[in-house]
Amino acid sequence: MIEVNDLHKAFGEVRAVDGVSFTAHDGQITGLLGPNGAGKTTTLRMLYTLMRPDKGRVLVDGRDAAVETVAVRKSLGVLPDARGLYKRLTARENIRYFADLQGVPEAEARPREQRLIDALGMADIAERRTEGFSQGQRVKTAIARALIHDPRNVLLDEPTNGLDVMSTRAMRGFLQQLKAEGRCVLFSSHIMQEVALLCDRIVVIAKGHVVAQGTPDQLRAQTGESNLEDAFVKVIGTDEGLFG
Amino acid sequence: MKSPVYTIFYKELLENFRDRKTVMNALIIGPLIGPLILALILSTVISRETKRAEKPLELPVIGAEHAPTLINFLRTQNVEIQPGPKDPIAAVKAQDHNVVMRLDAEFGKAFQAGDPAPVELIYDSSQRDGESDQQRITSILDRYGRTVGAMRLVARGVHPGLINPIATVDRDQASPEARGAMILGFLPYVLVLGAFMGGMYLAIDTTAGERERQSLEPLLANPVPRWQIMAGKLLATSAFAIGSLVVTLVAFAVIMPMLPLKQLGFKFNFGIVVFLQMLVALGPVVLLASAVQTSIAAYAKSFREAQSWLGLLNIIPAIPSMILMVVPTKPVLWMFAVPLLGQHHAVMKLVRNETITNMEWGVLMGSGLLLALIVSWIAARIYNRENLAISA
Repeated sequence: MIEVNDLHKAFGEVRAVDGVSFTAHDGQITGLLGPNGAGKTTTLRMLYTLMRPDKGRVLVDGRDAAVETVAVRKSLGVLPDARGLYKRLTARENIRYFADLQGVPEAEARPREQRLIDALGMADIAERRTEGFSQGQRVKTAIARALIHDPRNVLLDEPTNGLDVMSTRAMRGFLQQLKAEGRCVLFSSHIMQEVALLCDRIVVIAKGHVVAQGTPDQLRAQTGESNLEDAFVKVIGTDEGLFG
Repeated sequence: MKSPVYTIFYKELLENFRDRKTVMNALIIGPLIGPLILALILSTVISRETKRAEKPLELPVIGAEHAPTLINFLRTQNVEIQPGPKDPIAAVKAQDHNVVMRLDAEFGKAFQAGDPAPVELIYDSSQRDGESDQQRITSILDRYGRTVGAMRLVARGVHPGLINPIATVDRDQASPEARGAMILGFLPYVLVLGAFMGGMYLAIDTTAGERERQSLEPLLANPVPRWQIMAGKLLATSAFAIGSLVVTLVAFAVIMPMLPLKQLGFKFNFGIVVFLQMLVALGPVVLLASAVQTSIAAYAKSFREAQSWLGLLNIIPAIPSMILMVVPTKPVLWMFAVPLLGQHHAVMKLVRNETITNMEWGVLMGSGLLLALIVSWIAARIYNRENLAISA
């Protein structure tokens, strides 16, 4: 479970994140929806402790990210906005590198690595060097290495960005599977349809603020719109950048 | 469980060994270019010097008919007398001849009268061979003059020793190794440069390169303190730098004995013990260089920026060698505490077969390692900057 309480982050004059609070529960998919530049990536970067908040607190499974940083990183699986692979290593070597850095014992890491490779349908590319991988193959590898330590919580920054239709469908299925395993899944997206399709809870962010949050039903009720799309446009105040 | 520092160290080595370009540049071309250029220069110099020493000296003479005895004497001294050119000054200026000797009727008259007989030598001392040929001729002429002078004194019943009140005896203390060291003045630079070049590629690739390829952010999401990530990368950089240094040293050890240095009375002290001592002496500066390179590469905003800064950094190891070439100074203890300067003196002492005292070893290693540690700490501080992973 991830609890975010009143996060603030400014870069010079720009207040990228300006008072964001929400909770993402275990066994649910939570979507962080907002137009480009709304502060989604910065929020996630504070969650996975790449950045320190100016103000506010992040609790992951009850642990304060600012205090127990290393323990928090162990309980998080992260697919950041930057998902570069090591192109002179094979996909499997990329995964193993992260397994070692996460301190996963080999006896545990090896079978899990195989399960992830099978689940993500990347058996045919596992022994290939990642140079020249397609966007979809790269994302699969990046996800496998992010989950090699079997984290309770999974953070994904725009996971379907740049994927084709088939890969996007596969990604959705995979997120559902993570949810079914009881994990807390939090992903960001600027594509409304995707969030509407997948999420148990939606947190709508615009200009660094949370403008609405709740289940899709709650959002419809809050705005008085029967159509979720209209509900989003109403809370954000503009439909700019929300259509895939 | 493997330590994260080791995991990162191993991965960086594996990844870079798979990159043919890096291996070529860091471990083959970079470290070999110095020894090869040095060998080329030395062998050219040596063959030129030996040839010149054996070859008869060519001497165009104008007015040889005025001094037949002198000309005969010169011929016995391995001098080949040639007809003189019409315009000796132009011939020397055009480098057709190094030295031209001119005699005229005055010579015969003065010689007969027992006055100093004029001999004119036309040469250009700014030409490489002009001055040495002139010196060779002058010394032959001196010898001739002394012989004739002594005979004249004897003919008048005077002891010829009277005009030589002083007898100088030269006792040159230079050992064959030390004489060799004079032409090896730039060996320390070549060695240090090898290490700088070897580390440069990894320093850039593991930091600025990793950020540019967008893989630094996922890496930093792992539960590993950033200083450990930096340490793993720094160790990999140092390993390449040391590897490059070893290749340079081996190249020297192989090339040096192949050069005909003995003919010039030089000897190079390049046994296995000296080899290892050089490696140890250069060790701290290799670590220091890697730490400086890592810091700069982490601080630079882009791959390109890191490359240009580290390119400039390669000039720094030349500074002590250049200063010492212009202003030769005796090694004093404090100099061993200055990185690069200390290494320069240590390498030169080893080449000259002189002992490095324990005190000097201590200062050299102590100050180098301490500085390397301080700069590594700075690198760790730079790694802790929040925007390290975020490429513009």
